[in-house]
Amino acid sequence: MGRPAAADPAEASRGLVTPPHVRVALLAASAGGVVGALARWGLGERFPVGDGFPATVFWINVTGSALLAALPAIAVVRRTPWLAVFLGTGVLGGFTTMSAASEQTVVLLDHDHTGTALVYAGGTLLAALAAVWLVDRWSTPADRALLELEEADE
Amino acid sequence: MNGLLVALGAAVGAPLRLLAGHHLDRVRGEHTVHWGTLLVNLLGSALLGWLVGHGVDGRPLALVGTGFCGAFTTYSAVTVQAVNRGGWPGIAYAVGTVAGCLLTAWAGYKVGG
Repeated sequence: MGRPAAADPAEASRGLVTPPHVRVALLAASAGGVVGALARWGLGERFPVGDGFPATVFWINVTGSALLAALPAIAVVRRTPWLAVFLGTGVLGGFTTMSAASEQTVVLLDHDHTGTALVYAGGTLLAALAAVWLVDRWSTPADRALLELEEADE
Repeated sequence: MNGLLVALGAAVGAPLRLLAGHHLDRVRGEHTVHWGTLLVNLLGSALLGWLVGHGVDGRPLALVGTGFCGAFTTYSAVTVQAVNRGGWPGIAYAVGTVAGCLLTAWAGYKVGG
């Protein structure tokens, strides 16, 4: 959040935002979260998976991770803190989901689909980490540190 | 109708995740330890596990499960934070989050069921 000097030096060094900017960030995260969650819900309605491999949430989490990693490479996102929070913490944070990934794995285990559960949990993490690692080539460590400071990857 | 409920839940869940990160994440040296992100993921997974174990579906699941828990928790932030951290600490954070959330989701599922 393009922050004027914070009163507390410890907060300034952490890049914490001053109160009015926190409100802007919360609004941006909320609005973005709605967009991301509706997209996830819509895909789930369009591509129901039943009792098999939860492919819809798998692809949501892998592509969402790749897109979040791509944000620091985009100049207008780096320059516009509310946009970074809207797209990152909001849209992509709301689009991807740890709770559904965990719950689906637990249900697979409970239904004795142990192999599918392990492939799903391990495969999602491996694929998403690999996607982020590849997309990170497009940005510099300084770009990524800036987005982290803007709290766009919470 | 369900879409509206998903939107309502997400409108609350996503900013709460930001607040948790804002207040609970800690800078140690050059790195940030994302306690806030870890906490929301553990709690959100437990709650969704409980809802599903309890047989909640339809509109309540759309509001609290797909909307709130879905947007309160995040996968993309975990993978990006882990890769930015790098090395074994990054791998430990990612694997620890996924394993921990499986445990809390399982506990919620069993308590709810």
